[in-house]
Amino acid sequence: MPLVKGGKIADDTFTRLADDAPLPASGDILVSADRFVKDTDALLARAGRLGVIWPNNRDIEELVPHLARLAAVALVFPTFRDGRAYSQARLLRERYAYRGELRATGQVLRDQFVFMLRAGFDSFEVRKQADAEAFAQTVKRYSVFYQPTGDGRITALHRRMQLRHSEGVGT
Amino acid sequence: MYAYDEIDRTLVNERVSEFRDQVKRRLSGELTEDEFKILRLQNGVYLQLHAYMFRVAIPYGTLSSDQLRRLAHIARRYDRGYGHFTTRQNIQFNWIKLAELPDALADLAEVGIHAMQTSGNNMRNVTSDQWAGVAPGEIEDPRIWSELLRQHTTLHPEFSFLPRKFKIAITASDHDRAAIKIHDIGLRLVKNEKGETGFEVLVGGGLGRTPFIAKTIKHFVHGRDILSYVEAILRVYNQYGRRDNIYKARIKILVHELGIEKFSREVEDEWQHIRGSSLQIDDEVIEDIRSRFSYPAYEKLPHMPDELRQAAADPAFEAWRKNSVASHKVQGYSIVTISLKPVGGPPGDATAEQMDALADLAEKYSFGEIRVGHEQNLALPHVAKRDLPALWRALDKLGLATPNVNLISDIIACPGLDYCSLANARSIPIAQELTRRFANHELANLIGRLHINISGCINACGHHHVGHIGILGVEKNGEEVYQITIGGRADENAALGNLIGPGVKFEEVADVIEDVVEAYLALRERPEELFIDTVKRLGVEPFKERVYATR
Ligand code: HEM
Ligand code: SF4
Repeated sequence: MPLVKGGKIADDTFTRLADDAPLPASGDILVSADRFVKDTDALLARAGRLGVIWPNNRDIEELVPHLARLAAVALVFPTFRDGRAYSQARLLRERYAYRGELRATGQVLRDQFVFMLRAGFDSFEVRKQADAEAFAQTVKRYSVFYQPTGDGRITALHRRMQLRHSEGVGT
Repeated sequence: MYAYDEIDRTLVNERVSEFRDQVKRRLSGELTEDEFKILRLQNGVYLQLHAYMFRVAIPYGTLSSDQLRRLAHIARRYDRGYGHFTTRQNIQFNWIKLAELPDALADLAEVGIHAMQTSGNNMRNVTSDQWAGVAPGEIEDPRIWSELLRQHTTLHPEFSFLPRKFKIAITASDHDRAAIKIHDIGLRLVKNEKGETGFEVLVGGGLGRTPFIAKTIKHFVHGRDILSYVEAILRVYNQYGRRDNIYKARIKILVHELGIEKFSREVEDEWQHIRGSSLQIDDEVIEDIRSRFSYPAYEKLPHMPDELRQAAADPAFEAWRKNSVASHKVQGYSIVTISLKPVGGPPGDATAEQMDALADLAEKYSFGEIRVGHEQNLALPHVAKRDLPALWRALDKLGLATPNVNLISDIIACPGLDYCSLANARSIPIAQELTRRFANHELANLIGRLHINISGCINACGHHHVGHIGILGVEKNGEEVYQITIGGRADENAALGNLIGPGVKFEEVADVIEDVVEAYLALRERPEELFIDTVKRLGVEPFKERVYATR
């Protein structure tokens, strides 16, 4: 499954570690929420970066005390019609100021890219190669946004106000 | 009328091109039907019994003449020459070809119409009072706020994949014509002691399999906070609404399971976090939206012009005027409701010719504006009283002057088994038969205000629970059977109807309704006591006795 990061197809430095697999001494790993909760200290003590796969029905607040030490949080879209992770993503970015990698996993298709970017995701495990290749094109599709989110894109309401004021200055 | 600016137009065009790409990928097989389904639903495209159905949004029920002409064009060019106005200020076309949909959307986009989020598990078309801006005694025009919410809910990055569909309705009048109590969020415009605009917020209304009347969650939310408050409700719902069972996924179930107190505490907590954020709207933003609504330059006209006085001698005109013409906030003007319920016709249908002709009439007599109401009728919101007789003659020629607005043959019905793949039973033929039974205008007038609502299955698209008389089609041993309720209503006193007895067969429905009506005529205290009030006073029992005595 191709990974899109920084707007491009990229190598995934993280390996997913099964819950019963021995802990490798180094390297970047992604672990389940259960393993993370059970084994937090050991996981954080090792060399190599740590990411957690957080299910969409588990309260994101549990993760908050550890955010500063996490290199990645992967949120899950079990099907793309299940939108819980959008709320989790916005909370992580906008309320808890999480700055690490925020990865979308599961059924990720090009049709969600814009929504996901706006919610704060910055990496994407994309189901289809063609969608991953179309990333840069797809995210340019929209230039108008009605809602303010943490991504900082200017909203239509504010764009209008700016236009109005600049007209005012001109006359 | 709200005029789109370049920003709104750009967004609609961007959406059309995205959908064009999605259709292309579906046709080439790049998208599976399963994947495509969700994408097309986000854009109002259902797969029905015979063909794709296409639902177009008419936000808060306001259309210009040009927009209505464009809907006529869609009906003619891409469909079979007619469209169906629904109970949620949408219009549906029943015979669209998938490959042509992007073109149809592009045609609509040219006049500022779209189909975004008219189906699917997202925030649906924001609806409002079809008399907004012209109803006497209104607090202020609720469409300003409807438009603010329309924008905010369009392609929302967090709430486009909710557990289930989500509907918001807004009213600003004491008499609720927007049925806010049967919506996921109902907003009632109110003023606080300081004279500031805000909202009473209701939540958790809805019909379907488990009907609920919405409950008040907050008595006053200031206008500047309305986006953050709505967003707080949605965030709680998005995270905790049930996704394991589509019949339990609406917010009404969450509110019911948590209880309104706990639910409102959750919302309050969330709201405190986001209340002062960039979601707060200042007066300038509201004024900007307000400035893009244009209002007619009304003339100073007499309350009772000669033309109207003279026409009063014509009983046919008077019959129509009495139920189709309502008071306007400006002296000398009226609001004219146009019945889309001709005797023997499917409720809510209009042909392309009718739409074109109405667009012309609106230009001539109503400042180029048309409204769509949840009762599946249209309205011309600014007709000078002196023009009423001429307008009536023109409407009559078009078959659009049936004098039955709010009377028993002004029936709300869903498409039922004639079009809908979820249906258990026919709805339209029941409606058609009832309009024939009650075609006699004197009889209908004698009965007075009475709303019949018909749904072809438990999904309740025809709002049967809140009909004064509700008819619900179900399937029993392979047969269509109809359950009949009485006493429902959808207005400010919204209530769910009660069953009057065992279900009846298709052939018997009209007879039973006639019996119910006869019972009412015998039971009412005086002619002014409406059906709904008699039911309220006496309960279901006396009706049941009379109707089922001989069955
Ligand atoms: C023919 C295609 C249609 C299909 C497949 C369809 C499907 C559905 C379904 C499944 C629901 C229930 C959703 C739920 O409770 O979670 C529903 C509700 C609703 N539909 Fe339709 N519908 C169709 C046409 C219509 C039409 C023509 C109207 C208007 C006349 C309409 C108005 C409504 C309304 C107002 C509700 C909300 C009832 C509530 O509050 O639960 N629908 N529809
Ligand atoms: S109520 Fe049932 S039959 Fe009628 S349109 Fe809705 S889903 Fe179809």
